[in-house]
Amino acid sequence: MGRGVRLALPLLPAAAALGASFGVLARTAHFGTAAAVLMSATTFAGSAQVAAVSVLGAGGGVAAAVVAALLLNARYAPIGISVAHAFRGHVARRLAESQLVVDESWALAGGGTQRFDRLVLLGVGVGLWFAWVGGTAVGALLGKAIGDPSAFGLDGAFTALFVALLAVQLRDRRRVAAAAGGAAIAALLTPFTSPGVPIIAATAAVVVGWRRA
Amino acid sequence: MAVIAVGAGTVLLKAVGPVGVSGRRLPARVNELLEMVAPAILAALVVSEAFASGRSLVLDARVAALGAGVITARLRAPLWVVVLAGGAATALVRLLS
Repeated sequence: MGRGVRLALPLLPAAAALGASFGVLARTAHFGTAAAVLMSATTFAGSAQVAAVSVLGAGGGVAAAVVAALLLNARYAPIGISVAHAFRGHVARRLAESQLVVDESWALAGGGTQRFDRLVLLGVGVGLWFAWVGGTAVGALLGKAIGDPSAFGLDGAFTALFVALLAVQLRDRRRVAAAAGGAAIAALLTPFTSPGVPIIAATAAVVVGWRRA
Repeated sequence: MAVIAVGAGTVLLKAVGPVGVSGRRLPARVNELLEMVAPAILAALVVSEAFASGRSLVLDARVAALGAGVITARLRAPLWVVVLAGGAATALVRLLS
């Protein structure tokens, strides 16, 4: 797990700042500090939380907010299945460990490859969880006083991270084809579906891995 | 209410794999498909992080992060360099534009 925590270190400042940004946003959408922190601690998925709070803040209603957030998180079903074999032990233990699966912890731990390391996933997940929840608390407590910390280049930090993690994956033709297919599906669907749907639909690109027997 | 519903739903979605199918031996063909999940989803995440804004595709400062990511990945730079370069490139373009 130590290796996972060390791998997560470069991401922690950005994760904490994004957490603070979510905390500020939640307050402007009339969330209490406790509700914002509770949401970060249990949902622990940045984009879904931002989506839910934005919909509520815009007066969109609870059902719309829940649907938007859960569509964004639907990718965790295939992501979880891709690493399921590594999780052992009692149901409660697997349930607890599965909550540390986020895009970054899954990808840094080699999710979906033979080299997947569950302990790295747990280490990265724990590090990010503390940064995310702590950042949320700071943002929610200080509110607008700190302005919006995401104003500068934070989103770019995560974009670059995903590019680098993708680059590691592209080591044979089939994986390049899967990536090209996934990117194409995501780009084509973005104008026509709610956010999150393009990413879950992109998993259809795995069919390139279907070898003829 | 929304907090509880989103939290519970996410817990279930994350649990599908590790709780629902863990330990079971999956057929080799299924494993071959699962190995493609990472490149497909990461590529989709890159597209949505770099170009999506709600339901539209836009070209903005985030494309600088995409470029920084490609360059630092090619140089096999450590992760903190990648993250820093992505953030700095985006911030710089926003400052200048």
